[in-house]
Amino acid sequence: MKSSRFDATVLTLGFAFLYIPIIILVVYSFNASRLVTVWGGFSLHWYQTMWSNEGLMDAAWVTARVGVISATIGTVLGTLAALTLVRFSRFPGRMLFSGMIYAPLVMPEVITGLSMLLLFVAVGVDRGFWTVIIAHTTFTMCYVAIVVQSRLLTFDRSLEEAALDLGCPPVKTFFTITLPLIFPAVVAGWMLAFTLSLDDLVISSFTTGPGATTLPIKIYSQVRLGVTPEINAICTILIGLVTIGVIIASISTKRAELRRQQDEHLAVGRGAT
Amino acid sequence: MAKTLGPVKRKFSPWTDPSAVPFIRFENITKRFGDFTAVDNLTLDIYEREFFSLLGPSGCGKTTLMRMLAGFEEPTEGRILLQGKDISGVPPYRRPTNMMFQSYALFPHMTVEKNIAFGLQQDKLPKGEIAARVEEMLKLVKLEQFAKRKPNQLSGGQRQRVALARSLAKRPQVLLLDEPLGALDKKLREETQFELMDIQHTLGLTFLIVTHDQEEAMTVSDRIAVMDKGVIVQVATPAEIYEAPNSRYVADFIGDINIFEGTVTTTESALGAPGKVTIDCDGIAVAVEQGCQAVSGDKVAFAVRPEKVRISPDQPADTSVNAVHGEVWDIGYLGDFSVFLVKLADDRIVRAAQANVSRLVDRPITFGDMVWLHWPLDAGLVLTR
Repeated sequence: MKSSRFDATVLTLGFAFLYIPIIILVVYSFNASRLVTVWGGFSLHWYQTMWSNEGLMDAAWVTARVGVISATIGTVLGTLAALTLVRFSRFPGRMLFSGMIYAPLVMPEVITGLSMLLLFVAVGVDRGFWTVIIAHTTFTMCYVAIVVQSRLLTFDRSLEEAALDLGCPPVKTFFTITLPLIFPAVVAGWMLAFTLSLDDLVISSFTTGPGATTLPIKIYSQVRLGVTPEINAICTILIGLVTIGVIIASISTKRAELRRQQDEHLAVGRGAT
Repeated sequence: MAKTLGPVKRKFSPWTDPSAVPFIRFENITKRFGDFTAVDNLTLDIYEREFFSLLGPSGCGKTTLMRMLAGFEEPTEGRILLQGKDISGVPPYRRPTNMMFQSYALFPHMTVEKNIAFGLQQDKLPKGEIAARVEEMLKLVKLEQFAKRKPNQLSGGQRQRVALARSLAKRPQVLLLDEPLGALDKKLREETQFELMDIQHTLGLTFLIVTHDQEEAMTVSDRIAVMDKGVIVQVATPAEIYEAPNSRYVADFIGDINIFEGTVTTTESALGAPGKVTIDCDGIAVAVEQGCQAVSGDKVAFAVRPEKVRISPDQPADTSVNAVHGEVWDIGYLGDFSVFLVKLADDRIVRAAQANVSRLVDRPITFGDMVWLHWPLDAGLVLTR
């Protein structure tokens, strides 16, 4: 089919709508001028000041720790939930359980955040680093559960049966057979959890306390005082990290696919002997 | 397939010895899944070093029976004895049985070597012994040069061998094979059947195979259990199953057969003793020289295998044999055999198979010919069930 001029226009407009704001943000992070909207020449000045801005760096460090810890706990819990849902097809309250796993995905963040806040107040927990982690774990584990569940649905149970049959007890079977085979899905779940934790603003602001300011909260509060090019700089770095992550992930899946095709080619070429 | 062609069929029939102790005993086993009864009050003995087949259509309970022996399912009622010991409640990882899975279930993240070593590592054998055993197994299945390959770098036939090697590595007392050759093409399957028999004979193990392929069961087994809807219909040697099926179901399931419903008119013998039985099959009188449990007036089925039916253009001179007259309706040329479908005057079809012993292009009998089909008195069977 010939691509018409109309198609090209629509495509260009669509991409422009998606990416122009980001391009502007990145370009102005290299702006020498203090004013966010006036171009004053190329400079790495704001990256330097960002680096020496302790408040910003502290927030970045808190965010990284919250992300790693909550994504890890969320991955363990989410994987266990997925295993339960797939492996035990019939137990009382299964529907309720699976419904409750999915609910946080569609629940407005404000409500999740508020209910968390009310809980922490009711129990009398001081809000801070660990309350943010608990809150992030609760919503990230749902995403992990979904990613791992879809992998487990296509998992050949006879592999586990074969391991049991060869004398391997169930727990060891899980760690030597099941986990290595579903590991890519578990890693994907962790990455998703980490990313979600990284950019969460609403739930964090409800559950955070003194000394546990995450980067999104910091950025949001600074922007209210006026956008400085420093913010552009740190956002550019975030975009860079995410982009590199996505590129690495897609290259490695492509490689794996290529290797699989080569293997199959090799096997077919050998023929049946 | 080098040296195998020795005396393949050994003299081995412990089931005829009343003092022999069964190696495996299924005792009044029933297995229900909800409302569905997969296995229904089944009792079966299997002897040491036996190559035993469970044969039946899908859903007849044969796989469930095997999975209960492996420990993946627990019987709802009854018990399973292995060497006289009740193994109910023993988990699969503590049973002296190993299984070769239909899907092979090779661990995709391990090399061929590691797959075979897996079971041995669970027993915490010394490293040197594991290596020696793996090598021995690789040699047994002729895959020495593929030790470092991953399963997805192997062909279907090679994967099947790895699966076999892995399940044999622990020298299980019983090897369970779940449709082991189903994924292979016909030529390779036949070759592998003989190899399996050879391996079983060399290692002196008890093999229990589940299959829906009657030819496979006939080729490899010492005895076959034909199953239907959770019960065993007949347990016997392949020859007995073929030549003396005990029911319409077995006769029809194994091989090709002509079956006619009829009524016993005369019996010349006492019940069960050999003698001549005549049966009226809706106007065709047939005679059978066979002991059977029927008396005059019983509704029975008369059955005769196509290859035992002779076909000729002229009426047979010997009037004591069974003979029917009809028109050649269809001819199936199979190369080694030709199958003639002959239509009788009352539209019933009788099949006759003839070996094509000479390279005749111009066959004397062709479509539309009026022919005589005849068979001796001892060729047919009376089926009461």
